[in-house]
Amino acid sequence: MGFSEERKQFYSELTKTIRRHIVKMTNHAGSGHPGGSLSATELMSVLFFEHLNVNPADPDWDDRDCFFLSKGHCTPVYYSVLAEKGFFDTAELMTFRDVDGRLHGHPCGEHIPGVDVSSGSLGQGLSVANGVAMIAKLEGSSRRSYCMIGDGELQEGQVWEAAMTAAHFQLDNVCAIIDWNKIQLDDFVENIKGLKNLGDKFRSFGWHVVEIDGHDVEAVHEAFQEAKSTKGMPTAILAHTIKGKGISFMENTHEWHGLAPNDEQLEIALKELV
Amino acid sequence: MANQEAPRKGFADALIRLGEQHEDIVVLDADCAKSNMTNLFKNRFPERFFNIGISECDLVGTAAGMAIAGKVPFANAYANFLTGRAFDQMRISVCYSNNNVKIVGHNAGTSAAQEGATHLPLEDISLMRSLPRMTVIVPADAVEMEKAVEAAYYHKGPVYLRVGKLPVPIVTKREEPFEIGKAILYRSGTDVTIISTGIMLGESLKAAEELEMQNISAEVLHIHTIKPIDQEAIIASAAKTGHVITAEEHSIIGGLGSAVAEVLSEHQPAKLRRIGTNDRFGVSGKMDELLDLFELRAGRIAATAAELLGERVR
Repeated sequence: MGFSEERKQFYSELTKTIRRHIVKMTNHAGSGHPGGSLSATELMSVLFFEHLNVNPADPDWDDRDCFFLSKGHCTPVYYSVLAEKGFFDTAELMTFRDVDGRLHGHPCGEHIPGVDVSSGSLGQGLSVANGVAMIAKLEGSSRRSYCMIGDGELQEGQVWEAAMTAAHFQLDNVCAIIDWNKIQLDDFVENIKGLKNLGDKFRSFGWHVVEIDGHDVEAVHEAFQEAKSTKGMPTAILAHTIKGKGISFMENTHEWHGLAPNDEQLEIALKELV
Repeated sequence: MANQEAPRKGFADALIRLGEQHEDIVVLDADCAKSNMTNLFKNRFPERFFNIGISECDLVGTAAGMAIAGKVPFANAYANFLTGRAFDQMRISVCYSNNNVKIVGHNAGTSAAQEGATHLPLEDISLMRSLPRMTVIVPADAVEMEKAVEAAYYHKGPVYLRVGKLPVPIVTKREEPFEIGKAILYRSGTDVTIISTGIMLGESLKAAEELEMQNISAEVLHIHTIKPIDQEAIIASAAKTGHVITAEEHSIIGGLGSAVAEVLSEHQPAKLRRIGTNDRFGVSGKMDELLDLFELRAGRIAATAAELLGERVR
Protein backbone atom coordinates (compact mmCIF):
# COMPACT_ATOMS: atom_id res chain seq x y z
CA MET A 1 0.00 0.00 0.00
CA GLY A 2 2.80 2.42 0.82
CA PHE A 3 5.15 4.23 -1.53
CA SER A 4 8.49 3.03 -2.84
CA GLU A 5 11.56 4.98 -1.72
CA GLU A 6 11.65 6.49 -5.18
CA ARG A 7 8.05 7.68 -4.90
CA LYS A 8 8.67 9.10 -1.44
CA GLN A 9 11.65 10.98 -2.85
CA PHE A 10 9.43 12.25 -5.68
CA TYR A 11 6.93 13.72 -3.21
CA SER A 12 9.66 15.13 -1.02
CA GLU A 13 10.93 17.08 -4.04
CA LEU A 14 7.49 17.94 -5.45
CA THR A 15 6.11 19.31 -2.19
CA LYS A 16 9.22 21.44 -1.70
CA THR A 17 8.88 22.76 -5.23
CA ILE A 18 5.22 23.60 -4.63
CA ARG A 19 6.00 25.33 -1.35
CA ARG A 20 8.66 27.38 -3.13
CA HIS A 21 6.05 28.37 -5.72
CA ILE A 22 3.63 29.36 -2.94
CA VAL A 23 5.99 31.75 -1.21
CA LYS A 24 7.35 33.17 -4.48
CA MET A 25 3.86 33.73 -5.91
CA THR A 26 2.54 35.49 -2.82
CA ASN A 27 5.74 37.55 -2.61
CA HIS A 28 5.35 38.51 -6.27
CA ALA A 29 1.72 39.58 -5.74
CA GLY A 30 2.33 41.24 -2.40
CA SER A 31 -0.81 39.51 -1.17
CA GLY A 32 -2.45 36.10 -1.06
CA HIS A 33 -2.90 33.15 1.26
CA PRO A 34 0.24 31.15 2.03
CA GLY A 35 -0.89 29.58 5.34
CA GLY A 36 -3.72 27.37 4.08
CA SER A 37 -1.83 26.65 0.88
CA LEU A 38 1.17 25.28 2.74
CA SER A 39 -1.08 23.13 4.95
CA ALA A 40 -2.77 21.57 1.89
CA THR A 41 0.40 20.88 -0.12
CA GLU A 42 0.72 17.12 0.50
CA LEU A 43 -3.03 16.56 0.15
CA MET A 44 -3.19 18.36 -3.18
CA SER A 45 0.01 16.79 -4.49
CA VAL A 46 -0.97 13.20 -3.78
CA LEU A 47 -4.51 13.76 -5.07
CA PHE A 48 -3.36 15.19 -8.38
CA PHE A 49 -0.37 12.90 -8.94
CA GLU A 50 -1.86 9.57 -7.76
CA HIS A 51 -5.62 9.65 -7.85
CA LEU A 52 -7.32 12.37 -9.84
CA ASN A 53 -8.09 10.95 -13.27
CA VAL A 54 -7.46 14.01 -15.44
CA ASN A 55 -5.67 14.76 -18.67
CA PRO A 56 -3.88 18.12 -18.80
CA ALA A 57 -3.83 17.87 -22.60
CA ASP A 58 -7.63 17.56 -22.63
CA PRO A 59 -8.84 19.33 -19.48
CA ASP A 60 -12.54 19.15 -20.38
CA TRP A 61 -12.57 15.45 -21.24
CA ASP A 62 -16.04 14.10 -20.41
CA ASP A 63 -15.15 11.28 -18.04
CA ARG A 64 -12.51 13.15 -16.07
CA ASP A 65 -12.56 13.24 -12.31
CA CYS A 66 -13.46 16.64 -10.93
CA PHE A 67 -11.74 18.53 -8.15
CA PHE A 68 -13.28 21.57 -6.50
CA LEU A 69 -11.29 23.88 -4.26
CA SER A 70 -14.05 25.07 -1.98
CA LYS A 71 -11.54 27.01 0.12
CA GLY A 72 -10.93 29.14 -2.94
CA HIS A 73 -8.42 31.49 -1.34
CA CYS A 74 -5.77 28.78 -1.43
CA THR A 75 -4.96 29.43 -5.07
CA PRO A 76 -1.17 29.46 -4.49
CA VAL A 77 -1.17 25.72 -3.89
CA TYR A 78 -3.92 25.04 -6.44
CA TYR A 79 -2.26 26.86 -9.32
CA SER A 80 1.11 25.38 -8.39
CA VAL A 81 -0.20 21.83 -8.47
CA LEU A 82 -2.08 22.45 -11.74
CA ALA A 83 1.08 23.88 -13.33
CA GLU A 84 3.30 21.05 -12.05
CA LYS A 85 0.73 18.57 -13.37
CA GLY A 86 1.00 20.23 -16.79
CA PHE A 87 -2.24 22.19 -17.16
CA PHE A 88 -0.22 25.32 -17.89
CA ASP A 89 3.37 26.46 -17.80
CA THR A 90 4.96 26.95 -14.38
CA ALA A 91 6.35 30.29 -15.62
CA GLU A 92 2.77 31.63 -15.55
CA LEU A 93 2.72 31.19 -11.76
CA MET A 94 4.64 34.43 -11.48
CA THR A 95 1.67 36.30 -12.94
CA PHE A 96 -0.32 35.43 -9.81
CA ARG A 97 -2.88 38.16 -9.03
CA ASP A 98 -1.65 40.34 -11.91
CA VAL A 99 -4.38 42.50 -13.40
CA ASP A 100 -3.66 41.35 -16.94
CA GLY A 101 -3.34 37.65 -16.04
CA ARG A 102 -5.83 34.86 -15.49
CA LEU A 103 -4.46 33.57 -12.20
CA HIS A 104 -6.77 35.69 -10.08
CA GLY A 105 -6.70 35.76 -6.29
CA HIS A 106 -9.53 33.25 -6.28
CA PRO A 107 -9.94 30.69 -9.06
CA CYS A 108 -11.97 31.51 -12.14
CA GLY A 109 -13.48 28.36 -13.62
CA GLU A 110 -13.98 29.85 -17.02
CA HIS A 111 -10.39 30.75 -17.79
CA ILE A 112 -7.99 28.35 -16.11
CA PRO A 113 -7.48 24.87 -17.60
CA GLY A 114 -8.26 22.21 -15.02
CA VAL A 115 -10.49 24.50 -12.94
CA ASP A 116 -14.12 23.42 -13.28
CA VAL A 117 -15.84 26.03 -11.15
CA SER A 118 -15.10 29.43 -9.71
CA SER A 119 -14.80 29.63 -5.96
CA GLY A 120 -13.86 32.07 -3.28
CA SER A 121 -17.19 32.44 -1.56
CA LEU A 122 -16.81 29.77 1.10
CA GLY A 123 -19.14 26.83 1.45
CA GLN A 124 -20.13 26.25 -2.16
CA GLY A 125 -17.79 23.52 -3.42
CA LEU A 126 -19.37 20.39 -1.98
CA SER A 127 -22.75 21.07 -3.58
CA VAL A 128 -21.05 21.38 -6.96
CA ALA A 129 -19.08 18.18 -6.37
CA ASN A 130 -22.35 16.41 -5.54
CA GLY A 131 -23.92 17.61 -8.80
CA VAL A 132 -21.12 16.07 -10.86
CA ALA A 133 -21.30 12.85 -8.83
CA MET A 134 -25.09 12.54 -9.23
CA ILE A 135 -24.79 12.79 -12.99
CA ALA A 136 -21.94 10.25 -12.97
CA LYS A 137 -24.28 7.85 -11.15
CA LEU A 138 -27.09 8.60 -13.60
CA GLU A 139 -24.86 7.84 -16.56
CA GLY A 140 -23.02 4.89 -15.04
CA SER A 141 -19.71 6.72 -15.29
CA SER A 142 -16.90 5.81 -12.92
CA ARG A 143 -15.76 9.42 -12.63
CA ARG A 144 -15.19 10.70 -9.12
CA SER A 145 -15.68 14.07 -7.53
CA TYR A 146 -13.34 15.58 -4.95
CA CYS A 147 -13.78 18.69 -2.87
CA MET A 148 -11.31 20.37 -0.54
CA ILE A 149 -12.88 22.31 2.31
CA GLY A 150 -11.19 24.42 4.96
CA ASP A 151 -11.87 23.71 8.62
CA GLY A 152 -13.04 27.28 9.25
CA GLU A 153 -15.20 26.94 6.16
CA LEU A 154 -17.21 24.25 7.95
CA GLN A 155 -18.93 27.14 9.72
CA GLU A 156 -20.81 27.80 6.47
CA GLY A 157 -24.25 26.17 6.56
CA GLN A 158 -24.28 25.15 2.91
CA VAL A 159 -21.52 22.61 3.62
CA TRP A 160 -23.91 20.72 5.87
CA GLU A 161 -26.78 20.97 3.41
CA ALA A 162 -24.47 19.38 0.86
CA ALA A 163 -23.24 16.82 3.40
CA MET A 164 -26.86 15.69 3.82
CA THR A 165 -27.35 15.55 0.06
CA ALA A 166 -24.24 13.42 -0.52
CA ALA A 167 -25.28 10.94 2.15
CA HIS A 168 -28.92 10.83 1.05
CA PHE A 169 -28.04 10.09 -2.56
CA GLN A 170 -25.35 7.60 -1.43
CA LEU A 171 -22.67 9.41 -3.39
CA ASP A 172 -19.75 7.05 -2.80
CA ASN A 173 -18.04 8.78 -5.71
CA VAL A 174 -17.72 11.94 -3.61
CA CYS A 175 -14.70 12.54 -1.41
CA ALA A 176 -14.44 15.62 0.81
CA ILE A 177 -10.99 16.55 2.06
CA ILE A 178 -10.99 18.69 5.16
CA ASP A 179 -7.74 20.61 5.52
CA TRP A 180 -7.93 20.67 9.30
CA ASN A 181 -5.17 23.17 10.05
CA LYS A 182 -7.04 24.49 13.12
CA ILE A 183 -6.69 28.16 12.14
CA GLN A 184 -8.95 30.61 10.32
CA LEU A 185 -8.47 34.26 9.40
CA ASP A 186 -8.92 35.84 12.81
CA ASP A 187 -7.79 33.16 15.22
CA PHE A 188 -7.77 29.45 16.05
CA VAL A 189 -10.99 27.81 14.88
CA GLU A 190 -11.72 26.63 18.41
CA ASN A 191 -11.66 30.25 19.60
CA ILE A 192 -14.04 31.48 16.90
CA LYS A 193 -16.65 28.72 16.54
CA GLY A 194 -15.25 25.32 17.41
CA LEU A 195 -15.79 22.15 15.38
CA LYS A 196 -16.37 19.87 18.39
CA ASN A 197 -16.26 16.15 17.53
CA LEU A 198 -15.85 16.74 13.81
CA GLY A 199 -15.50 13.04 12.96
CA ASP A 200 -18.73 12.28 14.80
CA LYS A 201 -20.44 15.12 13.00
CA PHE A 202 -19.63 13.65 9.59
CA ARG A 203 -20.38 10.08 10.73
CA SER A 204 -23.75 11.12 12.10
CA PHE A 205 -24.48 12.79 8.75
CA GLY A 206 -23.94 9.39 7.11
CA TRP A 207 -20.37 9.73 5.90
CA HIS A 208 -17.43 7.36 6.07
CA VAL A 209 -14.65 9.16 7.92
CA VAL A 210 -10.90 8.69 7.60
CA GLU A 211 -8.70 10.70 9.97
CA ILE A 212 -5.06 11.13 9.00
CA ASP A 213 -1.91 13.20 9.28
CA GLY A 214 -2.31 15.37 6.20
CA HIS A 215 1.43 15.84 5.79
CA ASP A 216 2.18 12.09 5.63
CA VAL A 217 2.00 11.38 1.90
CA GLU A 218 1.57 7.64 2.39
CA ALA A 219 -1.32 8.18 4.81
CA VAL A 220 -2.88 10.61 2.35
CA HIS A 221 -2.50 8.10 -0.47
CA GLU A 222 -4.09 5.33 1.60
CA ALA A 223 -6.97 7.60 2.63
CA PHE A 224 -7.82 8.26 -1.02
CA GLN A 225 -7.66 4.52 -1.71
CA GLU A 226 -9.98 3.86 1.21
CA ALA A 227 -12.40 6.49 -0.12
CA LYS A 228 -12.42 4.77 -3.52
CA SER A 229 -13.19 1.38 -2.01
CA THR A 230 -15.94 2.68 0.28
CA LYS A 231 -19.37 1.86 -1.14
CA GLY A 232 -22.80 3.33 -0.45
CA MET A 233 -21.65 6.49 1.30
CA PRO A 234 -19.39 9.47 0.68
CA THR A 235 -16.03 9.72 2.40
CA ALA A 236 -14.65 12.63 4.39
CA ILE A 237 -10.90 12.69 4.87
CA LEU A 238 -10.18 14.68 8.00
CA ALA A 239 -6.58 15.67 7.47
CA HIS A 240 -4.77 17.08 10.47
CA THR A 241 -2.38 19.66 9.10
CA ILE A 242 -0.29 22.60 10.20
CA LYS A 243 -1.12 26.02 8.85
CA GLY A 244 1.98 27.46 7.20
CA LYS A 245 3.67 24.03 7.19
CA GLY A 246 7.28 24.05 6.07
CA ILE A 247 8.15 27.68 6.80
CA SER A 248 9.20 28.05 10.43
CA PHE A 249 7.89 31.54 10.98
CA MET A 250 4.57 30.84 9.23
CA GLU A 251 3.71 27.63 11.05
CA ASN A 252 0.69 27.49 13.30
CA THR A 253 -0.20 31.16 13.34
CA HIS A 254 -3.21 33.00 11.98
CA GLU A 255 -1.00 35.95 11.05
CA TRP A 256 0.03 34.14 7.86
CA HIS A 257 -3.49 33.20 6.77
CA GLY A 258 -3.59 36.05 4.29
CA LEU A 259 -0.21 37.73 4.39
CA ALA A 260 2.53 37.69 1.75
CA PRO A 261 6.20 37.38 2.64
CA ASN A 262 8.38 40.39 1.88
CA ASP A 263 11.68 39.91 0.03
CA GLU A 264 13.64 39.28 3.20
CA GLN A 265 11.10 36.77 4.52
CA LEU A 266 11.01 35.10 1.11
CA GLU A 267 14.75 34.58 1.23
CA ILE A 268 14.52 32.93 4.65
CA ALA A 269 11.59 30.78 3.49
CA LEU A 270 13.40 29.60 0.36
CA LYS A 271 16.44 28.62 2.44
CA GLU A 272 14.18 26.43 4.57
CA LEU A 273 12.83 24.74 1.43
CA VAL A 274 16.12 23.62 -0.07
CA MET B 1 -64.16 35.66 -19.36
CA ALA B 2 -60.88 35.16 -21.11
CA ASN B 3 -59.33 31.75 -21.24
CA GLN B 4 -57.17 31.24 -18.16
CA GLU B 5 -54.22 29.01 -17.38
CA ALA B 6 -51.62 28.81 -14.64
CA PRO B 7 -48.19 29.83 -15.97
CA ARG B 8 -46.66 26.94 -13.99
CA LYS B 9 -48.77 24.55 -16.05
CA GLY B 10 -47.33 25.99 -19.24
CA PHE B 11 -43.90 25.63 -17.69
CA ALA B 12 -44.46 21.99 -16.73
CA ASP B 13 -45.89 21.05 -20.13
CA ALA B 14 -43.01 22.63 -21.99
CA LEU B 15 -40.45 21.02 -19.72
CA ILE B 16 -41.85 17.55 -20.35
CA ARG B 17 -42.05 18.13 -24.09
CA LEU B 18 -38.44 19.29 -24.13
CA GLY B 19 -37.45 16.44 -21.84
CA GLU B 20 -38.76 13.97 -24.39
CA GLN B 21 -36.58 15.49 -27.08
CA HIS B 22 -33.46 16.20 -25.04
CA GLU B 23 -31.90 13.68 -22.69
CA ASP B 24 -29.58 16.29 -21.24
CA ILE B 25 -32.41 18.03 -19.36
CA VAL B 26 -32.43 17.34 -15.64
CA VAL B 27 -34.75 18.94 -13.11
CA LEU B 28 -34.09 19.81 -9.49
CA ASP B 29 -36.52 21.06 -6.90
CA ALA B 30 -36.35 22.14 -3.26
CA ASP B 31 -39.29 20.18 -1.84
CA CYS B 32 -41.84 22.12 -3.87
CA ALA B 33 -42.31 19.66 -6.73
CA LYS B 34 -46.06 19.41 -6.22
CA SER B 35 -46.51 23.16 -5.99
CA ASN B 36 -44.11 23.93 -8.84
CA MET B 37 -45.58 21.09 -10.94
CA THR B 38 -42.12 19.66 -11.51
CA ASN B 39 -43.66 16.44 -10.17
CA LEU B 40 -45.13 16.04 -13.66
CA PHE B 41 -41.59 15.86 -15.05
CA LYS B 42 -40.64 13.53 -12.19
CA ASN B 43 -43.49 11.16 -13.05
CA ARG B 44 -42.41 11.06 -16.67
CA PHE B 45 -38.63 10.96 -16.14
CA PRO B 46 -38.03 9.81 -12.55
CA GLU B 47 -34.32 9.20 -13.07
CA ARG B 48 -33.76 12.74 -14.30
CA PHE B 49 -35.50 14.43 -11.38
CA PHE B 50 -33.73 15.28 -8.14
CA ASN B 51 -35.44 16.55 -5.02
CA ILE B 52 -32.63 18.25 -3.12
CA GLY B 53 -34.77 19.09 -0.12
CA ILE B 54 -35.33 22.40 1.60
CA SER B 55 -31.93 23.88 0.81
CA GLU B 56 -31.93 26.44 -1.99
CA CYS B 57 -28.21 27.19 -1.76
CA ASP B 58 -27.34 23.51 -2.09
CA LEU B 59 -29.90 23.21 -4.91
CA VAL B 60 -28.21 25.87 -7.01
CA GLY B 61 -24.70 24.55 -6.32
CA THR B 62 -25.75 21.01 -7.20
CA ALA B 63 -27.28 22.28 -10.44
CA ALA B 64 -23.97 23.96 -11.26
CA GLY B 65 -22.20 20.62 -10.81
CA MET B 66 -24.71 18.93 -13.09
CA ALA B 67 -24.03 21.57 -15.74
CA ILE B 68 -20.30 20.89 -15.40
CA ALA B 69 -21.14 17.23 -16.03
CA GLY B 70 -22.78 18.24 -19.32
CA LYS B 71 -26.44 18.45 -18.38
CA VAL B 72 -28.89 21.33 -18.74
CA PRO B 73 -30.33 21.58 -15.23
CA PHE B 74 -33.55 23.44 -14.42
CA ALA B 75 -33.28 24.40 -10.73
CA ASN B 76 -36.71 25.13 -9.24
CA ALA B 77 -37.77 26.75 -5.98
CA TYR B 78 -39.99 29.55 -4.80
CA ALA B 79 -38.61 32.74 -6.32
CA ASN B 80 -38.39 34.62 -3.03
CA PHE B 81 -36.25 31.99 -1.30
CA LEU B 82 -34.31 31.05 -4.41
CA THR B 83 -33.20 34.53 -5.41
CA GLY B 84 -32.83 35.85 -1.89
CA ARG B 85 -31.14 32.95 -0.22
CA ALA B 86 -29.13 31.45 -3.07
CA PHE B 87 -28.06 34.72 -4.67
CA ASP B 88 -24.40 34.12 -3.89
CA GLN B 89 -24.50 30.58 -5.28
CA MET B 90 -25.94 31.98 -8.51
CA ARG B 91 -23.31 34.68 -8.51
CA ILE B 92 -20.28 32.41 -8.04
CA SER B 93 -21.16 28.79 -8.88
CA VAL B 94 -23.43 29.68 -11.80
CA CYS B 95 -22.81 33.10 -13.39
CA TYR B 96 -19.13 33.74 -12.63
CA SER B 97 -18.39 30.11 -13.52
CA ASN B 98 -20.54 30.54 -16.65
CA ASN B 99 -22.46 27.36 -16.02
CA ASN B 100 -25.46 26.54 -18.19
CA VAL B 101 -28.04 26.47 -15.38
CA LYS B 102 -31.68 27.50 -15.74
CA ILE B 103 -32.95 29.06 -12.52
CA VAL B 104 -36.71 28.85 -12.20
CA GLY B 105 -38.32 31.15 -9.65
CA HIS B 106 -41.86 30.06 -8.86
CA ASN B 107 -44.78 31.78 -7.11
CA ALA B 108 -43.99 34.92 -9.10
CA GLY B 109 -45.23 38.30 -7.93
CA THR B 110 -48.58 38.06 -6.17
CA SER B 111 -49.30 34.45 -7.09
CA ALA B 112 -48.47 32.99 -3.68
CA ALA B 113 -51.38 35.21 -2.60
CA GLN B 114 -52.51 34.30 0.90
CA GLU B 115 -49.09 32.96 1.93
CA GLY B 116 -48.26 36.60 2.59
CA ALA B 117 -45.18 38.79 2.48
CA THR B 118 -42.53 36.11 3.06
CA HIS B 119 -43.71 34.23 -0.02
CA LEU B 120 -44.36 37.12 -2.40
CA PRO B 121 -41.26 37.75 -4.50
CA LEU B 122 -41.35 41.43 -5.39
CA GLU B 123 -37.58 41.91 -5.60
CA ASP B 124 -36.41 38.86 -7.59
CA ILE B 125 -36.17 40.56 -10.98
CA SER B 126 -34.06 43.30 -9.45
CA LEU B 127 -31.68 40.80 -7.87
CA MET B 128 -31.35 38.62 -10.96
CA ARG B 129 -30.91 41.57 -13.28
CA SER B 130 -27.83 42.66 -11.34
CA LEU B 131 -25.94 39.43 -12.02
CA PRO B 132 -23.47 39.52 -14.92
CA ARG B 133 -24.29 36.92 -17.61
CA MET B 134 -27.80 36.27 -16.26
CA THR B 135 -30.64 36.39 -18.79
CA VAL B 136 -33.94 37.33 -17.11
CA ILE B 137 -37.23 36.22 -18.66
CA VAL B 138 -40.69 37.15 -17.33
CA PRO B 139 -43.42 35.63 -19.53
CA ALA B 140 -46.93 37.05 -19.65
CA ASP B 141 -48.99 33.87 -19.51
CA ALA B 142 -48.92 30.08 -19.87
CA VAL B 143 -48.67 30.20 -23.67
CA GLU B 144 -45.68 32.52 -23.68
CA MET B 145 -44.21 30.50 -20.82
CA GLU B 146 -43.98 27.43 -23.04
CA LYS B 147 -41.99 29.38 -25.59
CA ALA B 148 -39.80 30.91 -22.90
CA VAL B 149 -38.89 27.49 -21.46
CA GLU B 150 -37.85 26.32 -24.89
CA ALA B 151 -35.82 29.48 -25.56
CA ALA B 152 -34.16 29.14 -22.16
CA TYR B 153 -33.12 25.59 -22.98
CA TYR B 154 -31.59 26.54 -26.32
CA HIS B 155 -29.85 29.59 -24.86
CA LYS B 156 -26.37 28.62 -23.71
CA GLY B 157 -25.74 30.25 -20.35
CA PRO B 158 -27.49 31.12 -17.11
CA VAL B 159 -31.17 32.05 -17.34
CA TYR B 160 -33.65 33.21 -14.70
CA LEU B 161 -37.23 32.33 -15.56
CA ARG B 162 -40.09 33.79 -13.50
CA VAL B 163 -43.11 31.51 -13.19
CA GLY B 164 -46.49 32.35 -11.67
CA LYS B 165 -48.60 29.87 -9.75
CA LEU B 166 -52.24 30.88 -10.22
CA PRO B 167 -54.29 30.99 -13.41
CA VAL B 168 -54.14 34.24 -15.36
CA PRO B 169 -55.80 35.16 -18.66
CA ILE B 170 -54.09 34.00 -21.86
CA VAL B 171 -53.29 37.21 -23.72
CA THR B 172 -50.43 36.14 -25.99
CA LYS B 173 -50.79 34.22 -29.22
CA ARG B 174 -49.30 30.82 -29.83
CA GLU B 175 -48.09 31.75 -33.32
CA GLU B 176 -46.27 34.87 -32.10
CA PRO B 177 -42.50 34.30 -32.45
CA PHE B 178 -40.49 34.44 -29.22
CA GLU B 179 -36.91 35.55 -29.22
CA ILE B 180 -34.89 36.24 -26.09
CA GLY B 181 -34.15 39.96 -25.89
CA LYS B 182 -36.81 40.99 -28.42
CA ALA B 183 -39.74 43.09 -27.27
CA ILE B 184 -43.13 42.47 -28.85
CA LEU B 185 -45.27 45.36 -30.03
CA TYR B 186 -48.82 44.42 -29.07
CA ARG B 187 -50.48 47.63 -30.06
CA SER B 188 -49.36 50.69 -31.97
CA GLY B 189 -50.07 54.18 -30.70
CA THR B 190 -48.77 57.71 -30.87
CA ASP B 191 -49.43 59.45 -27.53
CA VAL B 192 -48.05 57.20 -24.83
CA THR B 193 -46.11 53.95 -24.58
CA ILE B 194 -47.10 51.37 -22.01
CA ILE B 195 -44.24 48.97 -21.42
CA SER B 196 -45.28 45.84 -19.58
CA THR B 197 -43.72 42.65 -18.35
CA GLY B 198 -45.23 39.41 -17.07
CA ILE B 199 -48.92 39.32 -16.32
CA MET B 200 -49.18 43.11 -16.60
CA LEU B 201 -49.45 42.72 -20.36
CA GLY B 202 -53.13 41.89 -19.99
CA GLU B 203 -53.81 44.95 -17.80
CA SER B 204 -51.79 47.13 -20.17
CA LEU B 205 -53.86 46.07 -23.18
CA LYS B 206 -57.03 46.83 -21.22
CA ALA B 207 -55.62 50.21 -20.24
CA ALA B 208 -54.90 50.99 -23.90
CA GLU B 209 -58.55 50.29 -24.71
CA GLU B 210 -59.71 52.56 -21.89
CA LEU B 211 -57.39 55.30 -23.15
CA GLU B 212 -58.75 54.93 -26.65
CA MET B 213 -62.19 55.91 -25.31
CA GLN B 214 -60.53 59.10 -24.07
CA ASN B 215 -59.02 59.67 -27.50
CA ILE B 216 -55.55 58.85 -26.24
CA SER B 217 -53.56 56.60 -28.52
CA ALA B 218 -51.51 54.16 -26.46
CA GLU B 219 -48.77 51.88 -27.72
CA VAL B 220 -48.23 48.61 -25.79
CA LEU B 221 -44.76 47.15 -25.83
CA HIS B 222 -44.32 43.82 -24.09
CA ILE B 223 -40.90 43.12 -22.61
CA HIS B 224 -40.63 39.42 -21.75
CA THR B 225 -36.86 39.64 -21.50
CA ILE B 226 -35.83 42.13 -18.84
CA LYS B 227 -32.19 41.35 -19.51
CA PRO B 228 -30.82 41.82 -22.07
CA ILE B 229 -33.48 44.48 -22.58
CA ASP B 230 -34.56 45.51 -26.06
CA GLN B 231 -33.14 49.04 -26.07
CA GLU B 232 -33.96 49.69 -29.70
CA ALA B 233 -37.65 48.97 -29.29
CA ILE B 234 -37.89 51.14 -26.17
CA ILE B 235 -36.01 54.02 -27.77
CA ALA B 236 -38.05 53.84 -30.98
CA SER B 237 -41.37 53.86 -29.14
CA ALA B 238 -40.37 56.62 -26.71
CA ALA B 239 -39.10 58.72 -29.61
CA LYS B 240 -42.54 58.44 -31.14
CA THR B 241 -44.72 59.05 -28.04
CA GLY B 242 -42.45 60.92 -25.63
CA HIS B 243 -44.43 59.46 -22.70
CA VAL B 244 -43.77 56.10 -21.09
CA ILE B 245 -45.50 54.07 -18.40
CA THR B 246 -43.95 50.84 -17.13
CA ALA B 247 -46.09 48.14 -15.53
CA GLU B 248 -44.76 45.18 -13.57
CA GLU B 249 -45.90 42.79 -10.84
CA HIS B 250 -42.73 43.62 -8.92
CA SER B 251 -41.13 46.47 -7.04
CA ILE B 252 -40.53 49.61 -9.07
CA ILE B 253 -37.01 49.49 -7.68
CA GLY B 254 -34.61 47.52 -9.84
CA GLY B 255 -37.06 45.77 -12.14
CA LEU B 256 -38.61 46.69 -15.47
CA GLY B 257 -39.23 50.29 -14.44
CA SER B 258 -35.61 50.82 -13.51
CA ALA B 259 -34.35 49.05 -16.61
CA VAL B 260 -36.51 51.24 -18.86
CA ALA B 261 -35.50 54.38 -16.93
CA GLU B 262 -31.86 53.53 -17.55
CA VAL B 263 -32.42 53.20 -21.27
CA LEU B 264 -34.52 56.35 -21.58
CA SER B 265 -32.34 58.59 -19.45
CA GLU B 266 -29.25 57.69 -21.45
CA HIS B 267 -30.68 57.49 -24.96
CA GLN B 268 -34.15 58.98 -25.32
CA PRO B 269 -35.29 61.17 -22.41
CA ALA B 270 -39.05 60.90 -22.04
CA LYS B 271 -41.64 61.47 -19.35
CA LEU B 272 -41.85 58.29 -17.32
CA ARG B 273 -44.05 56.83 -14.62
CA ARG B 274 -43.37 53.41 -13.10
CA ILE B 275 -46.22 51.20 -11.93
CA GLY B 276 -45.36 48.34 -9.62
CA THR B 277 -45.15 47.82 -5.88
CA ASN B 278 -43.84 50.88 -4.12
CA ASP B 279 -40.95 49.78 -1.90
CA ARG B 280 -43.14 47.66 0.33
CA PHE B 281 -43.77 44.10 1.42
CA GLY B 282 -46.85 42.13 0.53
CA VAL B 283 -49.70 40.93 2.73
CA SER B 284 -52.02 37.92 2.74
CA GLY B 285 -54.87 38.04 0.28
CA LYS B 286 -56.40 36.51 -2.82
CA MET B 287 -54.34 37.28 -5.91
CA ASP B 288 -57.06 39.57 -7.29
CA GLU B 289 -57.23 41.38 -3.97
CA LEU B 290 -53.48 41.86 -3.94
CA LEU B 291 -53.47 43.20 -7.50
CA ASP B 292 -56.18 45.65 -6.41
CA LEU B 293 -54.30 46.59 -3.24
CA PHE B 294 -51.08 47.23 -5.14
CA GLU B 295 -53.09 48.97 -7.90
CA LEU B 296 -51.58 46.72 -10.55
CA ARG B 297 -54.63 47.34 -12.68
CA ALA B 298 -55.61 48.74 -16.05
CA GLY B 299 -57.46 51.61 -14.41
CA ARG B 300 -54.37 52.87 -12.68
CA ILE B 301 -52.26 52.48 -15.82
CA ALA B 302 -54.81 54.45 -17.84
CA ALA B 303 -55.18 57.14 -15.18
CA THR B 304 -51.44 57.50 -14.85
CA ALA B 305 -51.08 57.77 -18.61
CA ALA B 306 -53.78 60.44 -18.82
CA GLU B 307 -52.18 62.34 -15.96
CA LEU B 308 -48.77 62.16 -17.59
CA LEU B 309 -50.20 63.42 -20.87
CA GLY B 310 -51.89 66.24 -18.98
CA GLU B 311 -48.43 67.50 -18.15
CA ARG B 312 -47.72 67.69 -21.86
CA VAL B 313 -47.06 71.18 -23.19
CA ARG B 314 -49.90 71.61 -25.62
